[in-house]
Amino acid sequence: MRIPILKLGKYLLISIQVELDDQTALQFQEDLLNRIHEEGSEGIVVDLTSVEMIDSYIAKIIGDVVEMSNLMGAKVVLTGIQPSVAITLVEMGVTLSGVPTALNLEQGLEKLQEELEG
Amino acid sequence: MRTQSSVEIGTEWGIVSARQAGRELSKEVGFNNVDQARIATAISELARNIYLYTDNGMIGLEVVERGCLKGIKIVSRDEGPGIENLGEAMTDGHSSSNGLGAGLPGAKRLMDEFDIESEPGKGTVITAIKWLR
Repeated sequence: MRIPILKLGKYLLISIQVELDDQTALQFQEDLLNRIHEEGSEGIVVDLTSVEMIDSYIAKIIGDVVEMSNLMGAKVVLTGIQPSVAITLVEMGVTLSGVPTALNLEQGLEKLQEELEG
Repeated sequence: MRTQSSVEIGTEWGIVSARQAGRELSKEVGFNNVDQARIATAISELARNIYLYTDNGMIGLEVVERGCLKGIKIVSRDEGPGIENLGEAMTDGHSSSNGLGAGLPGAKRLMDEFDIESEPGKGTVITAIKWLR
Protein backbone atom coordinates (compact mmCIF):
# COMPACT_ATOMS: atom_id res chain seq x y z
CA MET A 1 0.00 0.00 0.00
CA ARG A 2 1.27 3.50 -0.83
CA ILE A 3 0.24 6.79 0.67
CA PRO A 4 -0.46 9.46 -1.98
CA ILE A 5 1.69 12.60 -1.83
CA LEU A 6 0.15 15.71 -3.40
CA LYS A 7 2.12 18.72 -4.61
CA LEU A 8 0.84 22.23 -3.97
CA GLY A 9 3.36 24.82 -5.16
CA LYS A 10 6.41 24.51 -2.96
CA TYR A 11 4.53 22.33 -0.50
CA LEU A 12 3.73 18.65 -0.31
CA LEU A 13 0.43 17.57 1.24
CA ILE A 14 -0.19 14.15 2.67
CA SER A 15 -3.38 12.87 4.21
CA ILE A 16 -2.94 9.49 5.81
CA GLN A 17 -6.24 7.66 5.46
CA VAL A 18 -5.26 4.07 5.98
CA GLU A 19 -4.49 1.95 9.01
CA LEU A 20 -0.74 2.40 9.28
CA ASP A 21 1.12 -0.87 9.27
CA ASP A 22 4.90 -0.92 9.55
CA GLN A 23 5.63 -1.54 5.87
CA THR A 24 3.30 1.24 4.72
CA ALA A 25 4.90 3.64 7.20
CA LEU A 26 8.44 2.77 6.08
CA GLN A 27 7.47 2.99 2.41
CA PHE A 28 5.95 6.41 3.08
CA GLN A 29 9.17 7.55 4.76
CA GLU A 30 11.15 6.67 1.65
CA ASP A 31 8.59 8.02 -0.83
CA LEU A 32 8.34 11.36 0.97
CA LEU A 33 12.10 11.93 1.14
CA ASN A 34 12.42 11.10 -2.57
CA ARG A 35 9.62 13.53 -3.45
CA ILE A 36 11.23 16.30 -1.38
CA HIS A 37 14.44 15.67 -3.29
CA GLU A 38 12.74 15.65 -6.71
CA GLU A 39 10.46 18.65 -6.18
CA GLY A 40 12.73 20.75 -3.99
CA SER A 41 9.83 21.14 -1.56
CA GLU A 42 10.28 23.51 1.36
CA GLY A 43 7.29 22.56 3.44
CA ILE A 44 5.28 19.44 4.15
CA VAL A 45 1.95 18.96 5.90
CA VAL A 46 1.13 15.46 7.10
CA ASP A 47 -2.52 15.26 8.09
CA LEU A 48 -3.38 12.53 10.60
CA THR A 49 -7.11 13.26 10.98
CA SER A 50 -8.12 9.75 9.90
CA VAL A 51 -5.49 7.94 11.93
CA GLU A 52 -7.16 6.24 14.90
CA MET A 53 -4.13 4.70 16.58
CA ILE A 54 -0.41 5.42 16.77
CA ASP A 55 1.73 2.96 18.71
CA SER A 56 5.29 3.62 19.85
CA TYR A 57 6.88 2.15 16.72
CA ILE A 58 4.73 4.12 14.27
CA ALA A 59 5.38 7.23 16.41
CA LYS A 60 9.11 6.62 16.04
CA ILE A 61 8.80 6.35 12.25
CA ILE A 62 6.78 9.59 12.12
CA GLY A 63 9.34 11.37 14.34
CA ASP A 64 12.13 10.06 12.12
CA VAL A 65 10.36 11.32 8.96
CA VAL A 66 10.20 14.81 10.46
CA GLU A 67 13.88 14.73 11.44
CA MET A 68 15.01 13.34 8.08
CA SER A 69 13.01 15.96 6.18
CA ASN A 70 14.57 18.66 8.38
CA LEU A 71 18.01 17.32 7.48
CA MET A 72 17.13 17.80 3.83
CA GLY A 73 16.02 21.36 4.54
CA ALA A 74 12.26 20.88 4.50
CA LYS A 75 9.91 21.76 7.34
CA VAL A 76 7.16 19.37 8.39
CA VAL A 77 3.98 20.11 10.29
CA LEU A 78 1.75 17.32 11.60
CA THR A 79 -1.95 18.18 11.67
CA GLY A 80 -5.23 16.72 12.85
CA ILE A 81 -3.99 14.45 15.64
CA GLN A 82 -7.12 12.94 17.23
CA PRO A 83 -7.79 13.51 20.96
CA SER A 84 -7.62 9.74 21.60
CA VAL A 85 -4.27 9.52 19.81
CA ALA A 86 -2.84 12.47 21.78
CA ILE A 87 -4.01 10.91 25.05
CA THR A 88 -2.57 7.45 24.36
CA LEU A 89 0.77 8.81 23.13
CA VAL A 90 1.29 10.96 26.22
CA GLU A 91 0.13 8.19 28.58
CA MET A 92 2.60 5.81 26.97
CA GLY A 93 5.35 8.36 27.45
CA VAL A 94 5.86 9.11 23.76
CA THR A 95 6.36 12.84 23.40
CA LEU A 96 7.33 13.51 19.75
CA SER A 97 9.18 16.52 21.15
CA GLY A 98 10.32 19.16 18.71
CA VAL A 99 7.74 18.13 16.13
CA PRO A 100 5.61 21.09 14.98
CA THR A 101 1.89 20.38 15.04
CA ALA A 102 -1.32 22.23 14.21
CA LEU A 103 -5.00 21.58 14.77
CA ASN A 104 -5.97 21.21 11.13
CA LEU A 105 -4.74 21.44 7.55
CA GLU A 106 -5.53 25.14 7.24
CA GLN A 107 -3.60 26.09 10.40
CA GLY A 108 -0.82 23.73 9.36
CA LEU A 109 -0.32 25.59 6.10
CA GLU A 110 -0.35 28.92 7.96
CA LYS A 111 2.26 27.63 10.38
CA LEU A 112 4.49 26.50 7.52
CA GLN A 113 4.14 29.87 5.81
CA GLU A 114 5.14 31.68 9.01
CA GLU A 115 8.12 29.41 9.56
CA LEU A 116 9.34 29.71 5.98
CA GLU A 117 8.90 33.49 5.77
CA GLY A 118 9.93 34.27 9.34
CA MET B 1 -21.55 -10.59 20.81
CA ARG B 2 -18.44 -12.69 20.35
CA THR B 3 -16.83 -12.87 23.75
CA GLN B 4 -13.57 -14.50 22.80
CA SER B 5 -11.20 -14.49 19.87
CA SER B 6 -7.57 -15.01 19.12
CA VAL B 7 -5.21 -13.77 16.44
CA GLU B 8 -2.02 -15.50 15.37
CA ILE B 9 0.95 -13.14 15.09
CA GLY B 10 3.10 -14.80 12.46
CA THR B 11 3.56 -11.85 10.16
CA GLU B 12 3.55 -8.10 10.52
CA TRP B 13 -0.07 -8.09 9.32
CA GLY B 14 -0.97 -10.04 12.43
CA ILE B 15 -0.24 -6.88 14.42
CA VAL B 16 -2.83 -4.94 12.40
CA SER B 17 -5.44 -7.75 12.60
CA ALA B 18 -4.98 -8.08 16.37
CA ARG B 19 -5.45 -4.38 17.10
CA GLN B 20 -8.45 -4.17 14.74
CA ALA B 21 -10.06 -7.16 16.48
CA GLY B 22 -9.36 -5.48 19.83
CA ARG B 23 -10.92 -2.22 18.75
CA GLU B 24 -14.05 -3.98 17.46
CA LEU B 25 -14.49 -6.05 20.60
CA SER B 26 -13.93 -3.07 22.90
CA LYS B 27 -16.50 -1.10 20.90
CA GLU B 28 -19.02 -3.96 21.33
CA VAL B 29 -18.33 -4.05 25.08
CA GLY B 30 -19.16 -0.34 25.23
CA PHE B 31 -15.77 1.33 25.75
CA ASN B 32 -15.60 4.96 24.68
CA ASN B 33 -13.43 6.18 21.86
CA VAL B 34 -10.41 6.98 24.01
CA ASP B 35 -10.47 3.62 25.80
CA GLN B 36 -10.84 1.86 22.44
CA ALA B 37 -7.64 3.61 21.35
CA ARG B 38 -5.89 2.68 24.62
CA ILE B 39 -6.84 -0.98 24.19
CA ALA B 40 -5.91 -1.08 20.48
CA THR B 41 -2.56 0.60 21.21
CA ALA B 42 -1.72 -1.78 24.06
CA ILE B 43 -2.55 -4.75 21.79
CA SER B 44 -0.34 -3.27 19.09
CA GLU B 45 2.62 -3.02 21.50
CA LEU B 46 2.15 -6.60 22.75
CA ALA B 47 1.66 -8.03 19.25
CA ARG B 48 4.74 -6.18 18.03
CA ASN B 49 6.82 -7.77 20.79
CA ILE B 50 5.68 -11.21 19.64
CA TYR B 51 6.49 -10.32 16.04
CA LEU B 52 9.92 -8.87 16.89
CA TYR B 53 11.20 -11.40 19.40
CA THR B 54 9.54 -14.75 18.73
CA ASP B 55 8.76 -17.03 15.81
CA ASN B 56 5.11 -17.11 16.59
CA GLY B 57 2.60 -16.41 19.24
CA MET B 58 -0.93 -15.22 19.63
CA ILE B 59 -3.04 -12.48 21.08
CA GLY B 60 -6.21 -13.67 22.80
CA LEU B 61 -9.08 -11.31 23.50
CA GLU B 62 -11.82 -12.02 25.97
CA VAL B 63 -14.75 -10.24 27.61
CA VAL B 64 -14.42 -10.66 31.37
CA GLU B 65 -16.65 -9.96 34.34
CA ARG B 66 -15.67 -9.57 38.00
CA GLY B 67 -18.50 -8.76 40.35
CA CYS B 68 -20.31 -5.86 38.74
CA LEU B 69 -17.26 -4.94 36.67
CA LYS B 70 -17.06 -5.71 32.99
CA GLY B 71 -13.95 -5.45 30.90
CA ILE B 72 -11.71 -6.77 28.22
CA LYS B 73 -8.79 -9.09 28.79
CA ILE B 74 -5.81 -9.29 26.46
CA VAL B 75 -3.58 -12.34 26.68
CA SER B 76 -0.30 -12.30 24.77
CA ARG B 77 1.23 -15.77 24.61
CA ASP B 78 4.40 -16.93 22.91
CA GLU B 79 6.95 -19.70 23.12
CA GLY B 80 9.88 -17.44 22.35
CA PRO B 81 13.13 -16.94 24.24
CA GLY B 82 11.43 -15.34 27.25
CA ILE B 83 12.40 -12.06 28.88
CA GLU B 84 15.64 -12.42 30.83
CA ASN B 85 15.45 -9.19 32.72
CA LEU B 86 11.86 -8.20 33.43
CA GLY B 87 12.86 -5.09 35.36
CA GLU B 88 14.84 -3.84 32.40
CA ALA B 89 12.06 -4.63 29.91
CA MET B 90 9.62 -2.61 32.03
CA THR B 91 11.91 0.42 32.21
CA ASP B 92 10.94 3.46 30.14
CA GLY B 93 13.33 4.12 27.32
CA HIS B 94 14.97 0.71 27.37
CA SER B 95 14.80 -0.81 23.90
CA SER B 96 16.30 -3.98 22.54
CA SER B 97 14.87 -3.37 19.08
CA ASN B 98 15.92 0.17 18.27
CA GLY B 99 12.45 1.46 19.10
CA LEU B 100 11.42 4.07 21.63
CA GLY B 101 11.47 1.65 24.55
CA ALA B 102 7.89 2.58 25.36
CA GLY B 103 6.36 -0.77 24.38
CA LEU B 104 5.83 -2.77 27.57
CA PRO B 105 5.78 0.06 30.13
CA GLY B 106 3.55 2.04 27.74
CA ALA B 107 1.10 -0.83 27.34
CA LYS B 108 1.00 -1.24 31.11
CA ARG B 109 0.07 2.42 31.63
CA LEU B 110 -2.74 2.18 29.08
CA MET B 111 -4.37 -0.78 30.86
CA ASP B 112 -5.78 -1.21 34.40
CA GLU B 113 -4.13 -4.53 35.22
CA PHE B 114 -0.92 -5.92 33.80
CA ASP B 115 0.86 -9.13 34.62
CA ILE B 116 3.91 -10.78 33.03
CA GLU B 117 5.04 -14.36 33.44
CA SER B 118 8.23 -15.16 31.64
CA GLU B 119 10.86 -17.82 31.85
CA PRO B 120 14.01 -17.79 29.72
CA GLY B 121 13.68 -20.44 27.02
CA LYS B 122 10.04 -21.09 27.74
CA GLY B 123 8.22 -18.06 26.47
CA THR B 124 6.15 -15.28 27.87
CA VAL B 125 2.53 -14.80 28.86
CA ILE B 126 1.30 -11.27 29.42
CA THR B 127 -2.22 -10.68 30.73
CA ALA B 128 -3.72 -7.21 30.70
CA ILE B 129 -7.22 -6.02 31.60
CA LYS B 130 -9.12 -2.81 31.00
CA TRP B 131 -12.30 -2.28 33.01
CA LEU B 132 -15.33 -0.43 31.72
CA ARG B 133 -15.97 2.68 33.80
